[in-house]
Amino acid sequence: MYVAVKGGERAIDNAHAWLAEERRGNPAVAELSIAQIREQLSLAVNRVMAEGSLHDPDLAALAIKQARGDLIEAVFLIRAYRTTLPRFGGSKPIDTGVMTCDRRVSATFKDLPGGQILGPTFDYTHRLLDFALAAEGEPSIAADAPDHCPAPSPAPSPATSPDHDPLQDKVKDAMAAPADIPVSHSVPHVTAFLNREGLIEEAAQDDTTPPDLTREPLELPASRALRLQALARADEGFALGMAYSTQRGYARNHAFVGELRIGTVPVEMEIPELGFAVEIGEIEVTECETVNQFKGSRYEPPQFTRGYGLVFGQTERKAIAMALVDRALRWQELGEEDSGAPAQDAEFVLYHGDNIQATGFLEHIKLPHYVDFQSELELVRKLRREAAATQATEPAP
Amino acid sequence: MKDEIDPNADRRAWMSLLARASGGRVAELLADRPDFDWLRPPEIGSTMVRGRAGGTGTPFNLGEITVTRCALRLACGTVGHAYVQGRDKAHAECAALVDALMQTAAADTTRVRVLDPLTREASARRATRATKAAATKVEFFTMVRGED
Repeated sequence: MYVAVKGGERAIDNAHAWLAEERRGNPAVAELSIAQIREQLSLAVNRVMAEGSLHDPDLAALAIKQARGDLIEAVFLIRAYRTTLPRFGGSKPIDTGVMTCDRRVSATFKDLPGGQILGPTFDYTHRLLDFALAAEGEPSIAADAPDHCPAPSPAPSPATSPDHDPLQDKVKDAMAAPADIPVSHSVPHVTAFLNREGLIEEAAQDDTTPPDLTREPLELPASRALRLQALARADEGFALGMAYSTQRGYARNHAFVGELRIGTVPVEMEIPELGFAVEIGEIEVTECETVNQFKGSRYEPPQFTRGYGLVFGQTERKAIAMALVDRALRWQELGEEDSGAPAQDAEFVLYHGDNIQATGFLEHIKLPHYVDFQSELELVRKLRREAAATQATEPAP
Repeated sequence: MKDEIDPNADRRAWMSLLARASGGRVAELLADRPDFDWLRPPEIGSTMVRGRAGGTGTPFNLGEITVTRCALRLACGTVGHAYVQGRDKAHAECAALVDALMQTAAADTTRVRVLDPLTREASARRATRATKAAATKVEFFTMVRGED
Protein backbone atom coordinates (compact mmCIF):
# COMPACT_ATOMS: atom_id res chain seq x y z
CA MET A 1 0.00 0.00 0.00
CA TYR A 2 1.40 3.36 -0.99
CA VAL A 3 0.34 6.56 0.69
CA ALA A 4 1.74 9.92 -0.31
CA VAL A 5 3.97 11.26 2.41
CA LYS A 6 4.59 14.98 2.45
CA GLY A 7 7.62 16.70 3.83
CA GLY A 8 11.30 16.01 3.49
CA GLU A 9 11.87 18.34 0.49
CA ARG A 10 14.53 20.31 2.27
CA ALA A 11 16.26 17.13 3.45
CA ILE A 12 16.18 15.73 -0.09
CA ASP A 13 17.60 18.92 -1.62
CA ASN A 14 20.39 18.96 0.90
CA ALA A 15 21.08 15.27 0.40
CA HIS A 16 21.44 15.83 -3.36
CA ALA A 17 23.70 18.82 -2.84
CA TRP A 18 25.89 16.73 -0.57
CA LEU A 19 25.84 13.92 -3.14
CA ALA A 20 27.22 16.34 -5.74
CA GLU A 21 29.94 17.41 -3.34
CA GLU A 22 30.87 13.81 -2.49
CA ARG A 23 30.88 12.93 -6.17
CA ARG A 24 33.50 15.58 -6.74
CA GLY A 25 35.60 14.28 -3.85
CA ASN A 26 38.56 16.22 -2.59
CA PRO A 27 38.72 19.43 -4.66
CA ALA A 28 42.51 19.37 -4.33
CA VAL A 29 42.49 16.34 -6.65
CA ALA A 30 41.97 17.10 -10.34
CA GLU A 31 38.46 16.48 -11.66
CA LEU A 32 37.87 13.56 -14.04
CA SER A 33 36.80 14.54 -17.54
CA ILE A 34 34.32 12.56 -19.62
CA ALA A 35 37.08 11.99 -22.18
CA GLN A 36 39.36 10.54 -19.49
CA ILE A 37 36.67 8.09 -18.41
CA ARG A 38 35.89 7.18 -22.03
CA GLU A 39 39.53 6.59 -22.90
CA GLN A 40 40.95 5.19 -19.66
CA LEU A 41 38.04 3.29 -18.13
CA SER A 42 36.88 1.95 -21.47
CA LEU A 43 35.88 -1.48 -20.19
CA ALA A 44 33.56 0.12 -17.64
CA VAL A 45 32.19 2.26 -20.47
CA ASN A 46 31.68 -0.88 -22.58
CA ARG A 47 29.81 -2.62 -19.79
CA VAL A 48 27.51 0.34 -19.27
CA MET A 49 26.81 0.50 -23.02
CA ALA A 50 26.11 -3.25 -23.20
CA GLU A 51 23.79 -3.40 -20.20
CA GLY A 52 22.32 0.03 -20.89
CA SER A 53 21.62 -1.34 -24.37
CA LEU A 54 22.76 1.90 -26.00
CA HIS A 55 26.07 2.26 -27.80
CA ASP A 56 27.39 5.78 -27.16
CA PRO A 57 30.75 5.92 -25.36
CA ASP A 58 30.46 9.60 -24.39
CA LEU A 59 27.06 9.11 -22.79
CA ALA A 60 28.22 5.99 -20.94
CA ALA A 61 31.27 7.89 -19.64
CA LEU A 62 29.03 10.74 -18.49
CA ALA A 63 26.75 8.24 -16.75
CA ILE A 64 29.71 6.66 -14.95
CA LYS A 65 30.88 10.06 -13.74
CA GLN A 66 27.40 11.07 -12.60
CA ALA A 67 26.91 7.70 -10.85
CA ARG A 68 30.21 8.04 -8.99
CA GLY A 69 31.38 4.83 -10.64
CA ASP A 70 28.32 2.79 -9.63
CA LEU A 71 27.93 0.92 -12.91
CA ILE A 72 24.38 -0.29 -12.31
CA GLU A 73 23.32 3.27 -11.48
CA ALA A 74 25.08 4.35 -14.70
CA VAL A 75 23.21 1.67 -16.68
CA PHE A 76 19.99 3.03 -15.15
CA LEU A 77 20.83 6.54 -16.38
CA ILE A 78 21.53 5.22 -19.89
CA ARG A 79 18.32 3.19 -19.98
CA ALA A 80 16.36 6.25 -18.90
CA TYR A 81 18.00 8.42 -21.57
CA ARG A 82 17.42 5.74 -24.22
CA THR A 83 13.67 5.97 -23.74
CA THR A 84 13.73 9.65 -24.74
CA LEU A 85 15.19 8.95 -28.20
CA PRO A 86 13.00 8.61 -31.27
CA ARG A 87 13.74 5.32 -33.02
CA PHE A 88 14.83 5.94 -36.63
CA GLY A 89 14.70 2.25 -37.51
CA GLY A 90 16.55 -1.02 -37.28
CA SER A 91 19.92 -1.82 -38.81
CA LYS A 92 20.56 -4.65 -41.20
CA PRO A 93 21.98 -7.51 -39.14
CA ILE A 94 25.68 -6.81 -38.63
CA ASP A 95 28.03 -9.16 -40.45
CA THR A 96 30.63 -10.33 -37.95
CA GLY A 97 32.36 -12.19 -40.79
CA VAL A 98 33.77 -8.85 -42.02
CA MET A 99 34.87 -7.75 -38.56
CA THR A 100 38.16 -5.87 -38.34
CA CYS A 101 39.52 -8.06 -35.58
CA ASP A 102 41.63 -6.70 -32.73
CA ARG A 103 41.44 -10.11 -31.12
CA ARG A 104 40.49 -13.53 -32.37
CA VAL A 105 41.23 -16.75 -30.58
CA SER A 106 39.95 -20.28 -30.86
CA ALA A 107 40.27 -22.89 -28.16
CA THR A 108 39.39 -25.65 -30.63
CA PHE A 109 41.55 -25.01 -33.70
CA LYS A 110 45.16 -24.04 -33.38
CA ASP A 111 45.84 -23.18 -37.00
CA LEU A 112 43.50 -20.53 -38.23
CA PRO A 113 44.26 -18.39 -41.23
CA GLY A 114 45.40 -15.11 -39.78
CA GLY A 115 46.37 -17.07 -36.70
CA GLN A 116 45.42 -16.64 -33.11
CA ILE A 117 45.41 -12.89 -32.54
CA LEU A 118 45.65 -12.16 -28.83
CA GLY A 119 44.87 -8.44 -29.00
CA PRO A 120 45.01 -6.21 -25.93
CA THR A 121 44.15 -8.95 -23.42
CA PHE A 122 44.54 -9.49 -19.67
CA ASP A 123 45.15 -13.18 -20.41
CA TYR A 124 48.64 -14.34 -19.47
CA THR A 125 49.23 -11.30 -17.25
CA HIS A 126 50.35 -12.22 -13.75
CA ARG A 127 47.65 -10.28 -11.94
CA LEU A 128 50.24 -8.51 -9.87
CA LEU A 129 49.55 -4.89 -9.02
CA ASP A 130 51.62 -2.68 -11.26
CA PHE A 131 52.92 0.13 -9.09
CA ALA A 132 54.35 1.82 -12.15
CA LEU A 133 50.73 2.87 -12.92
CA ALA A 134 50.54 4.56 -9.52
CA ALA A 135 53.63 6.53 -10.43
CA GLU A 136 51.76 7.91 -13.46
CA GLY A 137 54.51 7.01 -15.87
CA GLU A 138 54.20 6.83 -19.64
CA PRO A 139 52.70 3.55 -20.88
CA SER A 140 54.68 1.16 -22.96
CA ILE A 141 53.89 1.46 -26.64
CA ALA A 142 52.30 -1.47 -28.46
CA ALA A 143 54.61 -3.22 -30.86
CA ASP A 144 53.89 -3.14 -34.56
CA ALA A 145 54.17 -6.28 -36.59
CA PRO A 146 57.45 -6.44 -38.44
CA ASP A 147 57.11 -5.86 -42.18
CA HIS A 148 58.01 -9.43 -42.87
CA CYS A 149 56.85 -11.88 -40.28
CA PRO A 150 59.42 -14.56 -39.61
CA ALA A 151 58.62 -17.67 -41.56
CA PRO A 152 56.61 -19.95 -39.34
CA SER A 153 58.50 -22.96 -38.17
CA PRO A 154 57.86 -25.87 -40.51
CA ALA A 155 54.87 -27.83 -39.36
CA PRO A 156 55.65 -31.38 -38.46
CA SER A 157 54.40 -33.81 -41.04
CA PRO A 158 51.05 -35.28 -40.06
CA ALA A 159 52.49 -38.75 -39.67
CA THR A 160 55.02 -37.70 -37.05
CA SER A 161 52.92 -35.13 -35.24
CA PRO A 162 52.06 -36.55 -31.86
CA ASP A 163 48.69 -34.86 -31.46
CA HIS A 164 47.60 -35.09 -35.02
CA ASP A 165 43.94 -34.75 -35.86
CA PRO A 166 42.96 -34.91 -39.51
CA LEU A 167 40.21 -32.39 -38.87
CA GLN A 168 42.79 -29.77 -37.99
CA ASP A 169 44.32 -30.30 -41.43
CA LYS A 170 40.97 -30.01 -43.07
CA VAL A 171 40.40 -26.74 -41.32
CA LYS A 172 43.71 -25.53 -42.59
CA ASP A 173 43.03 -26.66 -46.13
CA ALA A 174 39.47 -25.47 -46.17
CA MET A 175 40.48 -22.02 -45.16
CA ALA A 176 43.63 -22.24 -47.24
CA ALA A 177 44.65 -18.65 -47.03
CA PRO A 178 48.10 -17.17 -46.92
CA ALA A 179 49.49 -17.07 -43.41
CA ASP A 180 49.88 -13.32 -43.53
CA ILE A 181 46.27 -12.56 -44.42
CA PRO A 182 45.50 -9.07 -43.15
CA VAL A 183 43.32 -9.20 -40.08
CA SER A 184 41.04 -6.55 -41.52
CA HIS A 185 39.75 -8.66 -44.39
CA SER A 186 36.79 -10.93 -44.31
CA VAL A 187 37.51 -13.54 -41.66
CA PRO A 188 35.39 -16.68 -41.91
CA HIS A 189 33.99 -18.13 -38.72
CA VAL A 190 35.62 -21.22 -37.32
CA THR A 191 32.27 -23.01 -37.06
CA ALA A 192 31.96 -22.70 -40.84
CA PHE A 193 34.32 -25.61 -41.40
CA LEU A 194 32.61 -27.93 -39.02
CA ASN A 195 29.51 -27.16 -41.09
CA ARG A 196 31.19 -28.54 -44.19
CA GLU A 197 31.42 -31.97 -42.70
CA GLY A 198 27.99 -31.69 -41.19
CA LEU A 199 29.60 -32.07 -37.78
CA ILE A 200 27.88 -29.04 -36.33
CA GLU A 201 24.37 -27.72 -36.54
CA GLU A 202 23.86 -24.96 -39.07
CA ALA A 203 22.64 -21.49 -38.28
CA ALA A 204 20.50 -21.00 -41.37
CA GLN A 205 19.99 -17.42 -42.41
CA ASP A 206 16.54 -15.92 -42.41
CA ASP A 207 15.35 -12.35 -42.49
CA THR A 208 12.43 -12.16 -40.15
CA THR A 209 12.08 -8.97 -38.13
CA PRO A 210 13.09 -9.94 -34.60
CA PRO A 211 10.80 -9.33 -31.62
CA ASP A 212 11.90 -6.39 -29.45
CA LEU A 213 11.53 -6.58 -25.69
CA THR A 214 11.94 -2.81 -25.41
CA ARG A 215 8.66 -2.43 -27.31
CA GLU A 216 6.62 -5.46 -26.26
CA PRO A 217 6.71 -6.93 -22.75
CA LEU A 218 8.82 -10.07 -22.52
CA GLU A 219 6.47 -13.03 -22.61
CA LEU A 220 7.12 -16.73 -22.42
CA PRO A 221 7.84 -18.95 -24.18
CA ALA A 222 10.49 -16.61 -25.58
CA SER A 223 11.98 -17.25 -29.01
CA ARG A 224 15.75 -17.55 -29.28
CA ALA A 225 15.89 -14.04 -30.79
CA LEU A 226 14.17 -12.63 -27.72
CA ARG A 227 16.38 -14.63 -25.37
CA LEU A 228 19.50 -13.37 -27.10
CA GLN A 229 18.30 -9.76 -26.80
CA ALA A 230 17.61 -10.25 -23.10
CA LEU A 231 21.00 -11.89 -22.55
CA ALA A 232 22.89 -9.22 -24.50
CA ARG A 233 21.60 -6.57 -22.05
CA ALA A 234 21.59 -8.79 -18.96
CA ASP A 235 23.75 -8.11 -15.95
CA GLU A 236 27.25 -9.45 -16.49
CA GLY A 237 27.47 -10.86 -12.97
CA PHE A 238 24.17 -12.68 -13.35
CA ALA A 239 25.12 -14.10 -16.75
CA LEU A 240 28.50 -15.14 -15.37
CA GLY A 241 26.93 -16.94 -12.41
CA MET A 242 24.41 -18.72 -14.63
CA ALA A 243 27.10 -19.75 -17.12
CA TYR A 244 29.36 -20.96 -14.33
CA SER A 245 26.54 -23.10 -12.96
CA THR A 246 26.29 -24.91 -16.33
CA GLN A 247 30.01 -25.62 -16.20
CA ARG A 248 29.73 -27.04 -12.72
CA GLY A 249 27.09 -29.51 -13.82
CA TYR A 250 23.71 -27.73 -13.60
CA ALA A 251 22.61 -28.47 -17.19
CA ARG A 252 25.33 -30.66 -18.55
CA ASN A 253 26.90 -28.73 -21.39
CA HIS A 254 30.59 -28.94 -21.84
CA ALA A 255 31.44 -25.93 -23.95
CA PHE A 256 34.55 -25.19 -25.98
CA VAL A 257 35.17 -21.66 -27.14
CA GLY A 258 35.10 -22.34 -30.86
CA GLU A 259 35.92 -18.73 -31.48
CA LEU A 260 36.10 -15.48 -29.63
CA ARG A 261 36.57 -12.31 -31.63
CA ILE A 262 36.63 -8.64 -30.75
CA GLY A 263 36.70 -5.88 -33.32
CA THR A 264 34.72 -3.33 -35.26
CA VAL A 265 31.89 -3.98 -37.66
CA PRO A 266 30.01 -1.51 -39.85
CA VAL A 267 26.37 -0.77 -39.04
CA GLU A 268 24.22 -0.48 -42.12
CA MET A 269 20.69 0.85 -42.20
CA GLU A 270 18.04 1.17 -44.89
CA ILE A 271 17.35 4.89 -45.35
CA PRO A 272 13.70 5.28 -46.38
CA GLU A 273 14.13 8.70 -48.02
CA LEU A 274 16.99 7.38 -50.17
CA GLY A 275 15.63 3.94 -50.92
CA PHE A 276 18.91 2.19 -50.24
CA ALA A 277 21.06 1.18 -47.29
CA VAL A 278 24.12 3.10 -46.11
CA GLU A 279 26.63 2.54 -43.36
CA ILE A 280 25.80 4.92 -40.55
CA GLY A 281 28.81 4.10 -38.41
CA GLU A 282 30.82 1.30 -36.95
CA ILE A 283 30.83 -0.27 -33.51
CA GLU A 284 33.10 -2.48 -31.51
CA VAL A 285 31.54 -5.80 -30.51
CA THR A 286 32.63 -9.06 -28.90
CA GLU A 287 31.39 -12.31 -30.37
CA CYS A 288 31.71 -15.76 -28.86
CA GLU A 289 30.71 -19.02 -30.46
CA THR A 290 30.81 -22.10 -28.35
CA VAL A 291 30.94 -25.65 -29.63
CA ASN A 292 29.12 -28.13 -27.44
CA GLN A 293 28.85 -31.86 -27.64
CA PHE A 294 25.47 -33.27 -28.46
CA LYS A 295 24.58 -36.92 -28.40
CA GLY A 296 21.86 -36.53 -30.99
CA SER A 297 18.15 -36.95 -30.65
CA ARG A 298 15.31 -38.62 -32.46
CA TYR A 299 15.58 -35.94 -35.15
CA GLU A 300 19.26 -35.11 -35.24
CA PRO A 301 22.39 -37.24 -35.63
CA PRO A 302 25.20 -36.85 -33.10
CA GLN A 303 26.91 -33.57 -33.85
CA PHE A 304 28.21 -30.45 -32.23
CA THR A 305 25.78 -27.74 -31.26
CA ARG A 306 26.38 -24.07 -30.76
CA GLY A 307 25.87 -21.35 -28.23
CA TYR A 308 26.13 -17.72 -29.24
CA GLY A 309 27.17 -14.55 -27.50
CA LEU A 310 27.32 -11.05 -28.98
CA VAL A 311 27.82 -7.96 -26.85
CA PHE A 312 28.66 -4.28 -27.44
CA GLY A 313 32.27 -3.30 -26.81
CA GLN A 314 35.18 -5.31 -25.56
CA THR A 315 33.24 -7.48 -23.13
CA GLU A 316 34.51 -11.02 -23.50
CA ARG A 317 33.55 -12.40 -20.09
CA LYS A 318 29.97 -11.39 -20.81
CA ALA A 319 30.04 -12.75 -24.39
CA ILE A 320 31.33 -16.17 -23.27
CA ALA A 321 28.78 -16.29 -20.44
CA MET A 322 26.01 -15.33 -22.85
CA ALA A 323 26.98 -18.15 -25.23
CA LEU A 324 26.91 -20.74 -22.45
CA VAL A 325 23.54 -19.59 -21.14
CA ASP A 326 22.13 -19.38 -24.68
CA ARG A 327 23.16 -22.99 -25.24
CA ALA A 328 21.67 -24.15 -21.94
CA LEU A 329 18.35 -22.46 -22.76
CA ARG A 330 18.14 -24.34 -26.07
CA TRP A 331 17.55 -27.72 -24.39
CA GLN A 332 13.96 -27.94 -25.56
CA GLU A 333 14.55 -27.32 -29.28
CA LEU A 334 17.44 -29.81 -29.20
CA GLY A 335 15.28 -32.44 -27.53
CA GLU A 336 17.47 -32.61 -24.45
CA GLU A 337 16.36 -33.62 -21.00
CA ASP A 338 15.23 -30.92 -18.60
CA SER A 339 17.50 -31.50 -15.66
CA GLY A 340 15.74 -28.79 -13.68
CA ALA A 341 18.85 -26.62 -13.69
CA PRO A 342 18.31 -22.88 -13.21
CA ALA A 343 20.19 -22.09 -16.46
CA GLN A 344 17.68 -24.22 -18.42
CA ASP A 345 14.75 -22.30 -16.98
CA ALA A 346 14.02 -19.47 -19.42
CA GLU A 347 11.62 -17.80 -17.01
CA PHE A 348 14.19 -17.82 -14.23
CA VAL A 349 17.02 -16.54 -16.43
CA LEU A 350 15.14 -13.95 -18.49
CA TYR A 351 13.12 -12.49 -15.63
CA HIS A 352 16.04 -12.12 -13.25
CA GLY A 353 18.94 -11.15 -15.50
CA ASP A 354 18.06 -7.51 -16.01
CA ASN A 355 19.87 -5.48 -13.38
CA ILE A 356 17.64 -2.43 -13.74
CA GLN A 357 14.45 -4.38 -13.15
CA ALA A 358 16.15 -6.24 -10.32
CA THR A 359 17.63 -3.20 -8.64
CA GLY A 360 14.39 -1.26 -9.01
CA PHE A 361 12.43 -3.88 -7.15
CA LEU A 362 15.17 -4.65 -4.68
CA GLU A 363 15.96 -1.08 -3.75
CA HIS A 364 12.39 0.15 -3.55
CA ILE A 365 12.00 -1.67 -0.24
CA LYS A 366 14.24 0.92 1.41
CA LEU A 367 11.75 3.67 0.51
CA PRO A 368 8.99 4.57 2.98
CA HIS A 369 6.60 1.70 3.68
CA TYR A 370 5.29 3.20 6.91
CA VAL A 371 1.65 2.31 6.39
CA ASP A 372 2.34 -1.27 5.24
CA PHE A 373 4.50 -1.73 8.26
CA GLN A 374 1.95 -0.14 10.55
CA SER A 375 -0.59 -2.77 9.53
CA GLU A 376 1.98 -5.56 10.02
CA LEU A 377 2.69 -4.17 13.46
CA GLU A 378 -1.02 -4.14 14.33
CA LEU A 379 -1.34 -7.72 13.13
CA VAL A 380 1.60 -9.03 15.16
CA ARG A 381 0.32 -7.24 18.30
CA LYS A 382 -3.11 -8.74 17.79
CA LEU A 383 -1.70 -12.25 17.32
CA ARG A 384 0.43 -11.87 20.43
CA ARG A 385 -2.61 -10.74 22.46
CA GLU A 386 -4.57 -13.74 21.25
CA ALA A 387 -1.70 -16.13 21.96
CA ALA A 388 -1.32 -14.72 25.47
CA ALA A 389 -5.06 -15.04 26.09
CA THR A 390 -5.04 -18.68 24.95
CA GLN A 391 -2.11 -19.48 27.21
CA ALA A 392 -3.87 -17.88 30.18
CA THR A 393 -7.03 -19.94 29.75
CA GLU A 394 -5.24 -23.26 29.16
CA PRO A 395 -3.91 -25.03 32.23
CA ALA A 396 -0.14 -25.47 32.27
CA PRO A 397 0.91 -28.95 31.15
CA MET B 1 28.83 -9.05 -56.22
CA LYS B 2 25.81 -6.94 -55.42
CA ASP B 3 27.78 -3.74 -55.92
CA GLU B 4 28.41 -4.52 -59.59
CA ILE B 5 24.99 -3.31 -60.56
CA ASP B 6 24.43 -0.94 -57.67
CA PRO B 7 23.85 2.54 -59.15
CA ASN B 8 24.20 4.03 -55.67
CA ALA B 9 27.53 2.43 -54.85
CA ASP B 10 29.47 5.71 -55.01
CA ARG B 11 27.01 7.59 -52.86
CA ARG B 12 26.83 4.76 -50.37
CA ALA B 13 30.61 4.76 -50.16
CA TRP B 14 30.94 8.46 -49.44
CA MET B 15 28.03 8.56 -47.01
CA SER B 16 29.62 5.67 -45.12
CA LEU B 17 33.01 7.39 -45.10
CA LEU B 18 31.43 10.61 -43.78
CA ALA B 19 29.45 8.74 -41.11
CA ARG B 20 32.55 7.03 -39.76
CA ALA B 21 34.77 10.10 -39.78
CA SER B 22 34.98 12.31 -36.71
CA GLY B 23 32.67 15.30 -36.96
CA GLY B 24 35.34 17.88 -36.31
CA ARG B 25 37.54 16.51 -39.07
CA VAL B 26 34.84 16.80 -41.76
CA ALA B 27 34.23 20.39 -40.70
CA GLU B 28 37.94 21.18 -40.95
CA LEU B 29 38.20 19.77 -44.44
CA LEU B 30 35.03 21.43 -45.64
CA ALA B 31 36.54 24.89 -45.84
CA ASP B 32 33.93 26.96 -47.65
CA ARG B 33 30.33 26.06 -47.09
CA PRO B 34 27.64 26.86 -49.60
CA ASP B 35 24.32 28.33 -48.44
CA PHE B 36 21.53 25.89 -47.87
CA ASP B 37 18.02 25.47 -46.46
CA TRP B 38 17.09 22.81 -43.97
CA LEU B 39 14.66 20.19 -45.15
CA ARG B 40 15.06 18.44 -41.82
CA PRO B 41 17.21 20.12 -39.18
CA PRO B 42 19.58 17.79 -37.31
CA GLU B 43 17.68 15.40 -35.08
CA ILE B 44 19.10 12.92 -32.56
CA GLY B 45 17.57 9.48 -32.32
CA SER B 46 18.50 5.84 -32.21
CA THR B 47 18.84 2.82 -34.45
CA MET B 48 18.32 -0.68 -33.18
CA VAL B 49 21.40 -2.69 -34.13
CA ARG B 50 20.72 -6.30 -35.03
CA GLY B 51 22.91 -9.33 -34.94
CA ARG B 52 22.33 -12.89 -36.11
CA ALA B 53 22.17 -15.95 -33.86
CA GLY B 54 25.29 -17.99 -34.54
CA GLY B 55 26.67 -15.12 -36.63
CA THR B 56 24.65 -16.18 -39.68
CA GLY B 57 21.21 -17.23 -38.46
CA THR B 58 18.03 -15.59 -37.22
CA PRO B 59 18.26 -11.84 -36.56
CA PHE B 60 17.95 -10.55 -33.01
CA ASN B 61 18.09 -7.09 -31.44
CA LEU B 62 21.49 -6.42 -29.93
CA GLY B 63 20.92 -2.89 -28.65
CA GLU B 64 20.64 0.65 -29.93
CA ILE B 65 23.15 3.23 -31.10
CA THR B 66 22.65 6.96 -31.09
CA VAL B 67 22.30 8.47 -34.55
CA THR B 68 21.94 12.03 -35.82
CA ARG B 69 20.19 12.68 -39.11
CA CYS B 70 19.40 15.71 -41.22
CA ALA B 71 18.53 16.73 -44.76
CA LEU B 72 19.27 20.01 -46.53
CA ARG B 73 18.93 21.64 -49.94
CA LEU B 74 21.57 23.73 -51.67
CA ALA B 75 20.62 26.90 -53.57
CA CYS B 76 20.83 24.89 -56.82
CA GLY B 77 18.18 22.50 -55.49
CA THR B 78 20.46 19.53 -54.79
CA VAL B 79 19.44 17.62 -51.67
CA GLY B 80 21.96 16.17 -49.22
CA HIS B 81 21.20 13.61 -46.53
CA ALA B 82 23.13 12.45 -43.51
CA TYR B 83 22.70 9.62 -41.00
CA VAL B 84 25.72 9.58 -38.74
CA GLN B 85 26.46 7.64 -35.57
CA GLY B 86 26.56 9.70 -32.38
CA ARG B 87 24.96 12.92 -31.23
CA ASP B 88 27.03 15.51 -33.08
CA LYS B 89 24.63 17.78 -34.98
CA ALA B 90 27.47 19.74 -36.60
CA HIS B 91 28.86 16.46 -37.92
CA ALA B 92 25.51 15.55 -39.50
CA GLU B 93 25.30 19.01 -41.06
CA CYS B 94 28.78 18.73 -42.61
CA ALA B 95 28.09 15.20 -43.84
CA ALA B 96 24.84 16.28 -45.50
CA LEU B 97 26.60 19.27 -47.12
CA VAL B 98 29.31 17.02 -48.55
CA ASP B 99 26.66 14.55 -49.71
CA ALA B 100 24.92 17.37 -51.57
CA LEU B 101 28.13 18.83 -53.02
CA MET B 102 29.16 15.42 -54.32
CA GLN B 103 26.06 15.45 -56.52
CA THR B 104 26.92 18.83 -58.09
CA ALA B 105 29.63 20.14 -60.40
CA ALA B 106 31.76 20.65 -57.29
CA ALA B 107 32.05 16.88 -56.87
CA ASP B 108 35.63 16.60 -58.08
CA THR B 109 37.02 19.34 -55.86
CA THR B 110 34.99 18.06 -52.90
CA ARG B 111 36.38 14.60 -53.43
CA VAL B 112 39.93 15.90 -53.47
CA ARG B 113 39.48 18.25 -50.52
CA VAL B 114 37.29 16.16 -48.23
CA LEU B 115 36.80 12.55 -49.22
CA ASP B 116 40.36 11.69 -50.25
CA PRO B 117 41.92 12.87 -46.97
CA LEU B 118 39.17 11.07 -45.01
CA THR B 119 39.84 7.87 -46.96
CA ARG B 120 43.57 8.12 -46.30
CA GLU B 121 43.05 8.80 -42.62
CA ALA B 122 40.57 5.94 -42.28
CA SER B 123 42.96 3.47 -43.88
CA ALA B 124 45.83 4.76 -41.74
CA ARG B 125 43.74 4.26 -38.57
CA ARG B 126 42.78 0.81 -39.73
CA ALA B 127 46.33 -0.12 -40.67
CA THR B 128 47.69 1.03 -37.30
CA ARG B 129 45.31 -1.20 -35.41
CA ALA B 130 45.83 -4.07 -37.84
CA THR B 131 49.62 -3.99 -37.36
CA LYS B 132 49.21 -3.88 -33.59
CA ALA B 133 46.85 -6.86 -33.81
CA ALA B 134 49.25 -8.69 -36.12
CA ALA B 135 52.04 -8.18 -33.58
CA THR B 136 49.98 -10.20 -31.07
CA LYS B 137 49.64 -13.15 -33.43
CA VAL B 138 50.83 -16.39 -31.87
CA GLU B 139 53.58 -18.24 -33.71
CA PHE B 140 53.16 -21.82 -32.59
CA PHE B 141 56.01 -24.24 -32.65
CA THR B 142 55.52 -27.88 -31.82
CA MET B 143 57.58 -29.61 -29.19
CA VAL B 144 58.28 -33.19 -30.15
CA ARG B 145 57.64 -35.44 -27.21
CA GLY B 146 60.21 -38.03 -26.22
CA GLU B 147 57.96 -41.06 -26.63
CA ASP B 148 58.71 -41.74 -30.30
